[in-house]
Order: sequence, then C-alpha cells, then structure tokens
Amino acid sequence: MVNVQSIPSPAIHSEERAHEADHPSSHVALFGAEQPLKLDCGIDLSPFQIAYQTYGQLNAERSNAILIFHALTGDQHVANIHPVTGKLGWWETMVGPGRPLDTDRYFIICSNVIGGCMGSTGPASTNPATGKVWGLDFPIITIPDMVRAQAMLIDRLGIDTLFCAVGGSMGGMQALQWTAAYPTRVFSALPVACSTRHSAQNIAFHELGRQAVMADPDWRGGRYFEQGTDPHRGLGVARMAAHITYLSDAALHRKFGRRMQDRDLPTFSFDADFQVESYLRYQGSSFVERFDANSYLYLTRAMDYFDIAADHDGVLAEAFRGIQTRLCVVSFTSDWLFPTSESRAIVHALNASGARVSFAEIETDRGHDAFLLDVPEFFDISRAFLESAGAARGLTRNGG
Amino acid sequence: MSVQQQALPLSGFASPDTGRYRGDHLLVAEMVERGSKVLDVGCGDGDLLLLLESRGIDGRGIELSREGVNHCVAKGLAVVQGDADTDLVNYPDDAFDYVILSQTLQATRRPRLVLENLLRIGRRAIVSFPNFGFWKMRLQLLVGGHMPRTENLPATWYDTPNIHFCTIKDFVQLCDEINVKMERAVALDLYGRPLRLNAPWWFWNMFGEQGVFLLSRAEKGR
Repeated sequence: MVNVQSIPSPAIHSEERAHEADHPSSHVALFGAEQPLKLDCGIDLSPFQIAYQTYGQLNAERSNAILIFHALTGDQHVANIHPVTGKLGWWETMVGPGRPLDTDRYFIICSNVIGGCMGSTGPASTNPATGKVWGLDFPIITIPDMVRAQAMLIDRLGIDTLFCAVGGSMGGMQALQWTAAYPTRVFSALPVACSTRHSAQNIAFHELGRQAVMADPDWRGGRYFEQGTDPHRGLGVARMAAHITYLSDAALHRKFGRRMQDRDLPTFSFDADFQVESYLRYQGSSFVERFDANSYLYLTRAMDYFDIAADHDGVLAEAFRGIQTRLCVVSFTSDWLFPTSESRAIVHALNASGARVSFAEIETDRGHDAFLLDVPEFFDISRAFLESAGAARGLTRNGG
Repeated sequence: MSVQQQALPLSGFASPDTGRYRGDHLLVAEMVERGSKVLDVGCGDGDLLLLLESRGIDGRGIELSREGVNHCVAKGLAVVQGDADTDLVNYPDDAFDYVILSQTLQATRRPRLVLENLLRIGRRAIVSFPNFGFWKMRLQLLVGGHMPRTENLPATWYDTPNIHFCTIKDFVQLCDEINVKMERAVALDLYGRPLRLNAPWWFWNMFGEQGVFLLSRAEKGR
C-alpha cells in the first residue's frame, strides 16, 4: 500500500480552547439581561460577553481610541503573547511603541468578535440556559451584529468617538460597517484588503471550508464537545484551502517552488514530498490547535452575508451619504481574494457620496496576507494617514 | 478663431503666498471660487491641493504614483491612486465645481475623452498643458531637426510619458469641436509669468510655454 500521511492531531487539547472560550485571558465586558445584543436574524442574544485587549492609555479627552478589528481567524491578541499558542500577537509589526499604530500615542482596543472562540460569546461558549456548549444552537451572526456588539463595548468603556477604526479582510469589513452604521462615532477609518460585499468566489471558498468541516465524522453535527471528539481533520483541510487563497502564485513559487521536503527524490507515495505540502499541513495542524470548528462555520457565514449596499437599495454610495469620517482604503496588487477592483468600488462609492477618502494600492507579490506581513509601503501609508488624521483631531505627540 | 482671450484678475501674484507656490498653481487657485469643491487630477505631491485648501476650498485628488499618494495622505489630503484615462468614468456627474488637469492632458491616451469627462464630473474644468507651438520647440525641430526638449520637458522622445502633445491653437480647436466654452485663457512664459493679455492668439501660440484654460460646458443646442 502507498504510504499516506494526514494532518496530525492537535498538540493542544480542546479542553484548553474550551476554557479560553468561557474564561478568556483578557478583559471581559459582561452584558446582562437588560442589555441584549439585537441580532440581524431577529434573536436577542442575552446574556453575552466580549473579550478584549487594550494597549496604551486613553487620554483625558477620550479622543485617542483606535479600535482594531481582527480578521476571520484572528483574535483580540494583537500585540501580546497568545495565551493558547504562546506566539507573538498577529499585528506586532503594526502595533507598538513607535509603530504606525503607536501605543505611546493612541489607546488601542481589539475585541474578539461575537461568534469567535477566544472569549466573546460564540458557538464554543457555554449556553447559560442549558449549561452546555452552544454549538449549532448559537444563532447566525452577521458583520453588523459584530459591530453592534463592539459599539456596546465602546459605550461601556466611556468612549463616544473612535479616533480610528482599523482592520484588514474581515476586519476591514467591520471598519466599513462601523463607518456606515455609526458615522458620527468614527473620526477616521482605515479599511485594508477588504470589500463592502463578499464575492461569489469568496462565498464558494467558504462553502468549501464549511463542507470540509462538516464532512469530518468527528464533527458530530456540531456536538463534538459533548461527544469528546475534535473535527481537526476537516477544519485542517478548510484552513489549508483557505490559506492558499491568502497567498499568491508568485509568493508560493518564490517561497517553495518545487523544492522537496527533507529529501532529494520523490518517495512515490502521498507523503508530503514537496515543501509546499509540508507547509500547508503545518498551517492546517497549527490552526486547529487554537480555533473552534463551529466558530469557523459561523464567522465564514457572517462574511458571506456581508453586503453594505443591500441595506441601501443596492446603492453603496447611499450607505455613506453625508459622512464626515476620513477614510484611507488600501489594497495589495497580488491579493486575489479581495482584489484592488473591490477596493476601487468602495472608493467610487465613497467619492460619489462626497466622503473624504484616500486610496493606495501597494505593490507586493505576497497576496491577501500582505496586510499581516512586514510590508514597509503599507506601514508608510498607514502612518501618514494616522498622523495627519491625528493632527486634524488635535492629538499631540505624547498622546494628549 | 471664435473664442476671445479674456482678462484674468491676477491679484494672487501680489499676495504673500507668491514665493511658496508655483506660478501656475497660483494662477489656477485664482480661477477657483472660494467654498467650492475641486478635484485635482494628477495632483502629484499635493502642493496645489494644499494651496486650495488654505483658501477654504474642499479639494480631492487623483494621483498615479503611490509615492505621490503617500505624500498627499501625509499632508492630510484626500487622494485616490488612479489614472485619468481609466478612473474618471467612475465619478458621478456634477460631483465637483471644478476639475483640474494640470500638465497631464498630453500624457493621457484619450485626451478628448478625458476632457469630456472633466466637464461631465465638474461644472468647470481648469486645464493646463505645455504648448508644443512654443518657439523653442519649433526652433529645435526646424534647425536642430530633433524632437524638442526643454527645461520643463526634459525627457527624450523614447522615454517621455507625453504621448499627445498639442499647441494652444490645437487645444482651442478641440474645445470648439466638442462644444466646450472657454471662459478664461492665459498663456504663461517659460518662467510661469502670464503673457500680455491683449496679445493675439498667434503670439500666444508662439511665445506661450504653457496654456491655462478655464472651461465650462457650452449651452445645449449651440
């Protein structure tokens, strides 16, 4: 028989993840029965909690708050060691003293989205009504639902207006939704590598990922927590497929080419002969250590449903009419998941609505993931935008 | 020629701003009414937009190079990376009071279409361009027998981005053809100073290093 190697079982046990879902290593804002989250699907979610991290100091005027939105598989651990994986935060290159999102100047907040699995209420959380994990009993959530929850958190923190709303990919969708839903509460916004609506191709990729999860016999109709299984193979495959869409042909070729993994000759098996295979398997197996399969289903669904124009009779410009928010939209040349054409569509709509918008397309072969990587041109434009917006907002160097 | 040159108030040249800004920018700024909304197509580092915003004008820009966009964004300007040839079509009708195309028309692929778009997006357009009928150009072709190069247009024929040169006379003719009204016209010499206003068109076409035109849509049916 030909040798077969599949994705290894996660080294970190699901109990550890489950604990983080209810008792996160973060600040937690609890919202009781008197403050339900009104979901787009018609359900009032209550009680619920939001897990969040903050960096830097809020100034006396409460005018220097930046809200960062994480992407599909990100979380609130932007610039600190991750409590489950022990790795650096996902945006260490962007956030910190002297970085474009300068923690010496700004008060930076990032919350885990509703539906996530790192401490904000989601399918991996315990349903207080039953004492069991929510699983598929959790209501379907949308990007506007995530944003509504964040607005409640910002209220709780006593912040009226955000200095800036920043995010890439699904995070960029939230930045745009914030601008459309709460224009007077967002002084500036930096949506990166995103879109105001999820494309057919992207919905197709998400469906592929969801079907991979559901095809795993260990998924157990979403009740794997109770049945003591872990659909790590399905989720791993979903991650591998998705990860390809985050890169580019050029980046994969540059990084791996057709090079072999720890061998000189093919083994004539289904072993990971090629470096690119080994890399993808690693991406799959490290992802399942920290992410909940049901949460992946819910969050991909939220992105699929996203379409700002749909709430305004299909006219995107109407969503942004009269807004005073300054925006800077950024795209990357090799991003084929959220290509520049999507960003241009945002810019055209913002222009048509008279908004103050800038747009830059960054030249890179690193694909969609470029917004998470060390791309100096991206840092330059982000810094330039935030500094000029800070000057317009009256923020001084020392954060005052 | 059917269009008359018109006098232009040039008070801007006497203002204390003069030293800090380019002559043609000051001239353009003089043409724009305060409180209006302006799109600067090919805004470069944003110097003209800054001048306009300092005069209470709401300015937006389009710029081809990312470096240019970066400089503009750092100055707090709202500038979109884009191309006059491909991106103007995406702006709605009457979105701006003025659309400015400064020293860029000759580098577009479809100058006529660009000009038409300028006056669709804006109620008025301000267009400046190098005059290929300038005497130095003519002399280099006539005597030197080679493609002209000047202080302001130093590129060789094989690496110039300027693919659609025209003379002031050519431009005026195009405006007539596409039913564009010329409200004001100014020719500048090599140093960015306006030529005598009462000079005849042939004189402008010979001694103007660049032309600056304030255009509007002609009445329908004319």
